[in-house]
Amino acid sequence: MLKFIFKRLMMIIPVILGISFIIFSIMALTPGDPARLMLGENATQEDVEKLREEMGLNDNFVVRYFNYMKDVIRGDFGISYRNRIPVFDEVFARFPNTLVLAFWGISLSVMIGVPIGIISAVKQYSIIDTVSLGVALILTSIPAFWLGLMLILLFSLKLDLLPSTGVETWKHFILPSVTLAAGTMATLIRMTRSTMLEVIRQDYIRTARAKGATENRIIFKHALRNALLPVITIIGINFGFQLGGAMVIETVFAMPGLGTLMITSVRLKDTPMVMASVLFVAIAVSLVNLLVDLLYSYIDPRIKSQYAKS
Amino acid sequence: MGEDMVKQDVVIKKKYKKRSQIKSIMFRYKKNKLAMVGFVMFIIMIIIAISADLIVDYEIDAVTQNMKERLQTPNSEHVFGTDEYGRDIFARIIFGARISLFVGLITISLSLTGGAIIGATAGYYGGRIDNVLMRIMDIFLAIPSILLAISIVAALGTGIFNLLLAMSISQVPRFARIVRSSILTVKGQDFIEAAKACGTKDSRIIIKHIIPNAIGPIIVQATLTMASTILTISSLSFVGLGIQSPTPEWGSMLSDGKKQMRYYPHLVIIPGIAIMLAVMSLNLIGDGLRDALDPRLKN
Repeated sequence: MLKFIFKRLMMIIPVILGISFIIFSIMALTPGDPARLMLGENATQEDVEKLREEMGLNDNFVVRYFNYMKDVIRGDFGISYRNRIPVFDEVFARFPNTLVLAFWGISLSVMIGVPIGIISAVKQYSIIDTVSLGVALILTSIPAFWLGLMLILLFSLKLDLLPSTGVETWKHFILPSVTLAAGTMATLIRMTRSTMLEVIRQDYIRTARAKGATENRIIFKHALRNALLPVITIIGINFGFQLGGAMVIETVFAMPGLGTLMITSVRLKDTPMVMASVLFVAIAVSLVNLLVDLLYSYIDPRIKSQYAKS
Repeated sequence: MGEDMVKQDVVIKKKYKKRSQIKSIMFRYKKNKLAMVGFVMFIIMIIIAISADLIVDYEIDAVTQNMKERLQTPNSEHVFGTDEYGRDIFARIIFGARISLFVGLITISLSLTGGAIIGATAGYYGGRIDNVLMRIMDIFLAIPSILLAISIVAALGTGIFNLLLAMSISQVPRFARIVRSSILTVKGQDFIEAAKACGTKDSRIIIKHIIPNAIGPIIVQATLTMASTILTISSLSFVGLGIQSPTPEWGSMLSDGKKQMRYYPHLVIIPGIAIMLAVMSLNLIGDGLRDALDPRLKN
């Protein structure tokens, strides 16, 4: 098992390298001069040239990429082109906000989506089933940022119950988390329902019924465990999606998170800032995927035995 | 007695007339009420988008500012009201449909073409080429598509063409994957082997056997991707990286309306409903197609 974890951790490295290279090339190969950006429009050409030399911008772009990655491995993410503060500090200060948001987004969607999916499957074609499928359909079709605006309209502007912008207290996180959770929740409802329905028809469920197990025991002990595997995959895939979605939702709620940072930095061509944010997100996504794989083996002993062999 | 048998045979034949695959798929699709609702919604949207010029005038109603009539709530003259520059929201919604559909369709065709070429190459040749291509695709897939799109737009600058390019590139890996897996599942099956054994030409095998059997999941994915593309376009425009004002796009209309939301909620409610209906129609079609193509999946 440890060997497997180690192997999977090693596999993250090429992914991180690939992502960083893609983003670095996009940022480097497009017009716009960071040195000019830092000095402002009024700087002389000589000053710009001097700074370019200092920053190593005149080097070949592959060389620059290697230099950048060398610094990153040492923990130096560079300084922002825009306001010359260390990038790492800024990203590290904002990362928790995004992570908390994504965490609550996922948690809420699982806590609500999975039980509703189970109930829908167990009581197929009932009113609960129809209603929850309808809600799921609507939620998958609503743009998350619009849902956010509607929630602000209702809970902040009309009812004046919750704050609409900022991150000061836990109350500030309620609306963004609900907004973020909605889409994934809808996917989870549909996914859980359909896998549950599939599992419920299996022979071993009939066997369990025949031997007189209670309905609760059948659902929670026999069916759920088998139905959850694909659901967990969806949760894992959605985590990356959540971090992406968080970017837009942070804009709606004006939260100082990684997403808002990324959008402003991308606009201002602040390469070190963009790179650091992207790397943070990529590492988080990879680690979550690893966690999902480990969860698999916990839920399905067959997978665990495969690891033991290899 | 013999006559009876023949009669029965005719009755059975009438009752269970052999349908071609496409016909039976269409039959199953038509039986699905929600899917038909989605289909009708989508057709209406296309008609509106095509005939937008006949309904309202682009320059006068949708783009030109008319400060005298600004910020009207829905009334008889302006069914959806006007925005902060006095532009008719109904007109902007109609032309917004044109943009969303256009970008959605182009994105799908571009990314499907790119994905099909990469996926088919990987699936057909297998081995090392497959490995290298798919690992590269995996790396792209690890980047959230909206993030990839944002960086491409940021690099190339905003504008419809760049937006199209960004959206298409970010969707290519998904299609490459699904095309590859469709081809792999079909490739190994017995009927392909049988066709080969009968001496069928490769071109005929591809056109007659592989494509019809592999295309189902691809079409479903294309429909669902178009839905998510429309969502992403509006999200990008909302954060200011997509289509810019004054071009009427639903997402940028929302971001314009956000400022006045407190007193004029119709500015944000109406474009949102437009996006929702467009996306929902495509989701319904996609779900319906999936059920129709593979009835086993339907519960």
